[in-house]
Amino acid sequence: MRGLKQLIFINIKLYLREPIATFFTLAFPPLLILLFGTMYGNDPLPLYGGYGAMDITMPAYSALVLGTVGLLSVPITTGGYREQGILRRYRATPLRPLTYIIADVLTNLVITLIGMVVLVAFGWLIYQVQFEGHVLSVLMAVILGGLSMFAVGYLIASIVPGARTAQVVGMVIFYPMMFLSGASVPLEVMPETVRRISNFIPLTYVVSLLRGLWFGNGWGEHLTEVIVLGGVLVVCAGLAARFFRWE
Amino acid sequence: MSSVIEVYGLRKTYDEVVAVDDVSFEVLQGEIFGMVGPNGAGKTTTIECVEGLRQPDGGHIRLLGEDPSTAHTAISECIGIQLQESAIPARLRVGEAMSLFGSFYTRQADARDLLDHLGLTEKWSTSFSKLSGGQKQRLFIALALINQPEVIFFDELTTGLDPQARRAMWDLVRQIQDQGRTVFLTTHFMEEAERLCDRVAIIDHGKIVALDTPEELIRSLGVEKQIVFILPDGPSELPLTDLPQVDRIERSGERVVVYGHGERFAGTVVTALEHAGIGFQDLRTEQPTLEDVFLALTGREMRE
Repeated sequence: MRGLKQLIFINIKLYLREPIATFFTLAFPPLLILLFGTMYGNDPLPLYGGYGAMDITMPAYSALVLGTVGLLSVPITTGGYREQGILRRYRATPLRPLTYIIADVLTNLVITLIGMVVLVAFGWLIYQVQFEGHVLSVLMAVILGGLSMFAVGYLIASIVPGARTAQVVGMVIFYPMMFLSGASVPLEVMPETVRRISNFIPLTYVVSLLRGLWFGNGWGEHLTEVIVLGGVLVVCAGLAARFFRWE
Repeated sequence: MSSVIEVYGLRKTYDEVVAVDDVSFEVLQGEIFGMVGPNGAGKTTTIECVEGLRQPDGGHIRLLGEDPSTAHTAISECIGIQLQESAIPARLRVGEAMSLFGSFYTRQADARDLLDHLGLTEKWSTSFSKLSGGQKQRLFIALALINQPEVIFFDELTTGLDPQARRAMWDLVRQIQDQGRTVFLTTHFMEEAERLCDRVAIIDHGKIVALDTPEELIRSLGVEKQIVFILPDGPSELPLTDLPQVDRIERSGERVVVYGHGERFAGTVVTALEHAGIGFQDLRTEQPTLEDVFLALTGREMRE
């Protein structure tokens, strides 16, 4: 695993130097909170099981960050690195492909966690949002949700020809997911038809797993989510490993 | 001298197209070995098979005694590679690139010394995307040298550089050789191969058509040497026709071209002219080049 630490460190620096990516991961979710917080406030509502709109937004937007990183950052960066010959340059060193992938995954997890910390700090400062779960448990859910979303991202990067296509495919998958999964708008306010569609969207399960654990549920109440996300992870990672190209 | 690279019967096809066809050669310890040929001749495919970045379809390659396609990680520790088409992340800075790539190897050179030597010290905090073409190329050399490699590969090192930067690159390559390293390079500039390489393999349509020192390749052509000079005093009898090295003489106005052969051709002609007190001007000799060798071997001009 020579080079792992340095690669993660450099990857994070490079990520933070990309203004657009940084905006969507770190600044966009807090801005949404300001916007929707001003509109809806955070008063407890029976619709949300006695929690406020901002309370339930915290885990939902955390899922949003995971989706952004997995479905947009991963395919665009990986596709771009391949297209520009950066992956080729890494292959011309003793750096092992597995080390590269692990570094990339860990980088994206760290970025996601930074995004979540900024988001929650924001929500707590302005709306004193509630958290009733276990930090470790939520962290595990973030890792599971993250790995499954990243796997989808690597699969996109593996099968599309270039960075541009990766971007288009990522967006086509991401935007419907964002609106139909409860990550941006709570599913409680959606019509029944939309909710039925959302059952087929992987990000929905990230949202509901995070939300459940956030408010103190046990893992036993979320076995469906674990099975779906585990399945997405195994299938997509397997296919990505099969079709991944370094050049 | 021992060989550090051995290639026998290398063959590589892409779909139906044969890129490299039964190529065999050796690269000796400490030499600058060049593979020269037009674009699409199979140079990059060959060098990348030797580097272990491409899987050959046939043949046998040994790099430092190992098979590069199976011992990639171990061999990468001891070699340096500059790729024809590659990049590092646009926002990665020069100093960061050096320490990142250095961290991939067990053996590391001093990054600041290397950059100093390549004239990049002041670019330490500059992003890759802000570097000029020549600076990028020098950074790639620095990255290829970061592990103090025994063998270093340059694929089209000077393509896209202006003539001055190209000459500066040649000096760098010679310095790398002076440090005791072996250099394997490809180029489509015949002049580069002639000036820089100890031995040259000329490759065309995936086959090696000639392999020797540049001097020997040119000599083997048996092409006549030429001496050109001006006689401002107009026609006078030239005391050259009896010299054994002189084949024939062509005159047009003041301009005289003497064709001949042999090691001492130029010296003999000049001495004879001096001796007869003939006031010649602007005397120069014209040697055939590798360009002519390529033309003679393939029947085609070797132009970009």
